[in-house]
Amino acid sequence: MFVSYKWLQEYVDLTGITAKQLADRITKAGIEVESVEVRNKGIQGVVIGHVIEREQHPNADKLSKCLVDIGEGEPVQIICGAPNVAKGQKVAVAKVGAVLPGNFKIKRAKLRGEESNGMICSLQELGVESKLVPKEYADGIFVFPSDAPVGADALQLLYLDDEVLELSLTPNRADCLSMIGVAYEVAAILGRSVKLPTIELHENNENVHDYISVRVDAQEDNPLYAGRIVKNVKIGPSPLWMQARLMAAGIRPHNNVVDITNYILLEYGQPLHAFDYDRLGSKEIVVRRAKNGETIVTLDDVERTLTENHLVITNGKEPVALAGVMGGANSEVKNDTTTVFIESAYFASSVVRQAVKDHGLRSESSTRFEKGIDPARTKEALDRAAALMAEYAGGEVVGGVVEVNTLQQKDVVVTITLDRINNVLGTAITKEEVAGILTNLQFTFTEHDGTFMITIPSRRADITIEEDIIEEVARLYGYDHLPATLPIGEAKPGKLTPYQAKRRHVRRYLEDAGLFQAITYSLTNEAKAMMFALETATPIRLALPMSEERSVLRQSLVPHLLEAASYNRARQVENVALYEIGSVYLANGEHELPNEKERLAGVLTGVWHAHLWQGEKKAVDFYVVKGILDGLFALLGLENRVEYKQAKREHLHPGRTADMLLDGKTIGFIGQLHPVVQKQFDLKETYVFELDLEALLKAEVDDIRYTAIPRFPSITRDIALVVDEHVVAGDLERAIIEAGGELLKDVSIFDVYKGDRLPEGKKSIAFSLRYYDPERTLTDEEVTNVHEQVIKAVEQQFGATLRG
Amino acid sequence: MKERLQQLQQEALEKIEQANDLKALNDVRVAYLGKKGPITEVLRGMGALSPEERPLMGALVNDVREAIQRALEAKQATLEQEEVEKKLASEAIDVTLPGRPIRRGNHHPLTRVIEEIEDLFIGMGYTIAEGPEVEKDYYNFEALNLPKGHPARDMQDSFYITEEILLRTHTSPVQARTMEKHQGRGPVKIICPGKVYRRDNDDATHSHQFTQIEGLVVDENIRMSDLKGTLREFARKMFGEDRDIRFRPSFFPFTEPSVEVDVSCFNCGGHGCNVCKGTGWIEILGAGMVHPNVLEMAGFDSKKYTGFAFGMGPERIAMLKYGIDDIRHFYQNDVRFLQQFHRV
Ligand SMILES: [Zn+2]
Repeated sequence: MFVSYKWLQEYVDLTGITAKQLADRITKAGIEVESVEVRNKGIQGVVIGHVIEREQHPNADKLSKCLVDIGEGEPVQIICGAPNVAKGQKVAVAKVGAVLPGNFKIKRAKLRGEESNGMICSLQELGVESKLVPKEYADGIFVFPSDAPVGADALQLLYLDDEVLELSLTPNRADCLSMIGVAYEVAAILGRSVKLPTIELHENNENVHDYISVRVDAQEDNPLYAGRIVKNVKIGPSPLWMQARLMAAGIRPHNNVVDITNYILLEYGQPLHAFDYDRLGSKEIVVRRAKNGETIVTLDDVERTLTENHLVITNGKEPVALAGVMGGANSEVKNDTTTVFIESAYFASSVVRQAVKDHGLRSESSTRFEKGIDPARTKEALDRAAALMAEYAGGEVVGGVVEVNTLQQKDVVVTITLDRINNVLGTAITKEEVAGILTNLQFTFTEHDGTFMITIPSRRADITIEEDIIEEVARLYGYDHLPATLPIGEAKPGKLTPYQAKRRHVRRYLEDAGLFQAITYSLTNEAKAMMFALETATPIRLALPMSEERSVLRQSLVPHLLEAASYNRARQVENVALYEIGSVYLANGEHELPNEKERLAGVLTGVWHAHLWQGEKKAVDFYVVKGILDGLFALLGLENRVEYKQAKREHLHPGRTADMLLDGKTIGFIGQLHPVVQKQFDLKETYVFELDLEALLKAEVDDIRYTAIPRFPSITRDIALVVDEHVVAGDLERAIIEAGGELLKDVSIFDVYKGDRLPEGKKSIAFSLRYYDPERTLTDEEVTNVHEQVIKAVEQQFGATLRG
Repeated sequence: MKERLQQLQQEALEKIEQANDLKALNDVRVAYLGKKGPITEVLRGMGALSPEERPLMGALVNDVREAIQRALEAKQATLEQEEVEKKLASEAIDVTLPGRPIRRGNHHPLTRVIEEIEDLFIGMGYTIAEGPEVEKDYYNFEALNLPKGHPARDMQDSFYITEEILLRTHTSPVQARTMEKHQGRGPVKIICPGKVYRRDNDDATHSHQFTQIEGLVVDENIRMSDLKGTLREFARKMFGEDRDIRFRPSFFPFTEPSVEVDVSCFNCGGHGCNVCKGTGWIEILGAGMVHPNVLEMAGFDSKKYTGFAFGMGPERIAMLKYGIDDIRHFYQNDVRFLQQFHRV
């Protein structure tokens, strides 16, 4: 909403308050003033001139030589390039010495040999946006009404000495979509009174019902429809002050009838529509829902196909307006219009919103209906419009109003105590202060023993409950006066849940292990949605995605991590190690929320460790990633409960992929990217993993219990076992641990060999076994006994032989 | 004999002095103090002395041996010291060469901001509540006083999946769910961080996915002044002890009264700069008193209970705090961006 400071003074006294100060006060009280536009863009010395003579410039086809009276001594000669300049016009003249926007100084000049003492200005040259300039003056100078006083300040007449406040209105403050509404707000803030326009309506003795009848078939959509007939109007320009105010408010002037409807829309917040009565095609108005497939050509010359979701104004046969949004071209007011039917109605916001949405057509009118108008002003606005048309379009107002009114209006009364106000705000506001605020708001109320009974005016439809009153009091009392306290009542310590605490530990561990935390998008495309998923479900699609790329919810974090790696590689960052903790979304049936499962995933590629001058360089491989995950399992106390099983998974290298099992249940995978996928993402050798974080963090683990530090020496024995190459180390290790019993404390692998010195198809794995008894020093014989059992076990289970 | 001994001592001390390595020194030791050395020889010749002379000569021999021994030890220590120094000198390294790198990653800047805020409020007695990102229309809108057809729904164009299910547009549904779980009994004191989604085109200042942190306190006797005090405390801990806050009236459907909360600019201290666009204040939060409809819908008696709620955007805070100019950085995961947040 654009509010002209000059125009606003019509309704509320602004003496002593500059536009800037007013803007600050309004903002502080709750409506944000986004900007204060100074309309004068640096203009000085522009006055009204009277073109006394105009003749063709002797040396230039497109120039005119004018003699202009500017109210100072002799008329001056001015050369003008505007095509529409003519004798007898009142025009804006930038005198010699004047300044125009952009610090453009007007000097005495010679144009093609003819002296020019100033410049006749177009509105654009005075800094008015082209889209606001009346169409007939779009390509030339602006012509003032003939009564404009010669020598007067043109800026003042055009409201270019004005300042315009741009209000950014929240949806609850639709009441400020009008000058009168803003005036009430400003009056409340300043503690001043509101002056409403006086309406002097003179009706003739005809009866409007002889001209037109109204029927509303959709009363819920249109509880109030009122109209008047104004006859004998003469279409022409509206008065200059009205045009100037419209332009200040951001609306282009058209003609007196249209300008008056727009003026009333701005003044009262009541959208009006003027029909050319003679073009209506009937003597009745029927308001109804449109029929499916019915069409209307709106004022913007677009044919629109309607449905029964739209409300139309018809002449009993066909639509003449899309209710609350835009009129129809068939009944448009034109230059030859003589009789006008003015519509002032209350349309329900939902039906207007639907039309706006379906037709992508938002107007000053529809905005107001969508947000809700004050029905108490509907008929007053109609009267004011009719009166103005009589005054400024030479019309004659036909007696009476056609009206269908099924509006149920009750006064809203809110009762609240002073204590309640102070208890909610934490303040010590007095009864008198509250009464003062309510008075300034011009709410009627009674007060008895600290209880206020307040009748809410219909313009403030946003106020219905106690809290609304508390808010009014708070904002006008001023939040700066609100004390700062802390909640009283019992204070319990805050704490992370065990899950949240562990999740933080997981993050820190992974970061200290060398991975950066990534956050990627949850929405992906259909193809990527299910890639790498640990569990899959029917993809969850958005009803109305903005792009195919972000249309489906992900079931794995890996694809977007791969994209991140790829993004980095494309920017010469070849060594990438990222992890992400985030949700995947598994459908649960159409009417249920999906299962959201928190996952931990990672991507690693490039060099893992390099210490170049020492000749060390290690690329990421499977075991680098596995080592990090082993550390993670140890961090969570699960190191002995997770096992890796060779696995085959889509998109992963068939020989370099493992599933991870916690207590025998699959909780994740780790693997090298399949070369095909690697290429697809434009990556080099890359490893990924994904884990069910909830399974990891929710696994029950024992509390830490101290065990005695070894007091006796341990004995270490190494064995190198030769086995078939398909035997995996993990199985051997398990067998060793089982056979080693109580005394075997540690098993570690220190060598794996495959090659010339062994028979084809064989490999050797060397284990180091450490035996220990916490109670005593072990003897060699005891160790040898157990050790031999270990060897026997692996011989029997795997056909292992000791390597010589 | 006496002369002989004195001469031997003289000779030995000279040779010790001349020895320039441990081997040469040992040779001197063996030569003079060894079993076949001249002093032993002198001792052997003592049999020829008279019983009166013998003890005197014996003492003299001992003195000479000790003198040589002492000289040997002293020299040995000197030589050893020299040897060590020589060895150490040969072992010198270039300490300016790079050390063995420890590879470390770090928090995403959003996590950094979120954890800092979480910890601040945990310190004030809050717990952290989380909830689903795919949410029911009921919890995302209706339970928050945004019935179907409410004009404010326009303000947050949403990603719907079905008519009743959507990606949450704010973390407020977690508040609604938490209150519901409390079954009308306070106190509720929670912080809700999480991802949210809106139908926005991604550009430098918009992201269809972003994060939010909201807070909620519901109890008997919660006042709006408590909101002000709490947020001032937060602002000071988060942005510096001399920060101040101010409330500007605003509108949110789920709170009433509603305010926008500005924090005095931490860049210029309130004098005005380009960070605060010359105003001295930076808008950080939206807040207000929980709307009675929201309390009632969650099963709380709004005559008995009051509450406050507030919300903020970690992206915005991180952008202000670190001077980040484009919101897309948070979701591109460029390592050169991420690694800038490695410091404590
Ligand atoms: Zn600043």
